Amino acid sequence: MRTALLIAAVLAMSPLAAMAEDAVRIIDPWARATILVSRPGVAYLTMESARDDQLLAVESPAADRVMIHAIENSDDVSRMVNLDALDLPAGERVALAPGGTHLMLMGLKKRLTEGGRFPLTLQFERVGAITVSVPVLGVGAGGPAEDTQ
Amino acid sequence: MTRTPAPQESGQATRTGEAVIRSEFTLTDHTGKRVTEAAFLGRWQLAFFGFTHCPDVCPTTLAYMARVLDMLGDTAERVAALFITVDPGRDTPEALAEYVSAFHPGLVGLTGSEADIAAAANAFRVFYERMEQDSAPDGYVMAHSGYIYLMTPDGQFETGFREGDQPPEEMARKIRDAMERYGE
Repeated sequence: MRTALLIAAVLAMSPLAAMAEDAVRIIDPWARATILVSRPGVAYLTMESARDDQLLAVESPAADRVMIHAIENSDDVSRMVNLDALDLPAGERVALAPGGTHLMLMGLKKRLTEGGRFPLTLQFERVGAITVSVPVLGVGAGGPAEDTQ
Repeated sequence: MTRTPAPQESGQATRTGEAVIRSEFTLTDHTGKRVTEAAFLGRWQLAFFGFTHCPDVCPTTLAYMARVLDMLGDTAERVAALFITVDPGRDTPEALAEYVSAFHPGLVGLTGSEADIAAAANAFRVFYERMEQDSAPDGYVMAHSGYIYLMTPDGQFETGFREGDQPPEEMARKIRDAMERYGE
């Protein structure tokens, strides 16, 4: 127990903490076109941070509210779980992708149509706010890579 | 005033030792027509349960099913692709019509009363439940099984697929294999 505490203390003081001031990288954001304006939209992206951080909130002028959802699968039943925050461990890619963690856009001002774009602002605990422009791909899109085939 | 449908009588479900998955339902399709499983007998069925307010899993799976149908080419004519809602309160035939056509022209949307849906889900052994969630549209979401069921032309369960378990090419190939085994 004492050893563990000691190691933790040493790690906290190590130069690692002061090493990188890089902002969080947002990779390949995209949203899926929505079919009906009254239905929630969905956006995906990948994040990478040089140091431990947390995604605390997301907002967009395109929607009343953006929620961070995870999918829990138990006994083959999918349940959406609302996350208050999403951990971003240092150096690790955190991918939001179809069938898993996603950003749900509620109360869309208008239908998300293929070819369009909208801004999305991600609020991180340490680096603050980052705004990205999100392209809207097709209804059946699986991701930006597939779209460019 | 909203009228709540009478609760399902559990007595009508005859359970034997094993859970038999079967295609058995009386529902309304997205054109407003009342249909039973008989309307699809003679064709293979691909059945998926979901709801149109589902932002992630359902569009992902339906887009996947659409790609599988495209990959089946002419063979797709022998497949009835069914999207059965677990949210009949919101998924009217009109809402389903707009929704399914966005994915694939061959996709059939099915809805009904809450009792109709419960009976269909029971036959397919599909689990779903309403989850209250303050932040969701209308204050709830539906949790549901993520399987796509492949049923034979006589309505028997052949196998279940999940989007993400295999690329659409592979699922299309497995459907062709199943058709061959069945003797077509």
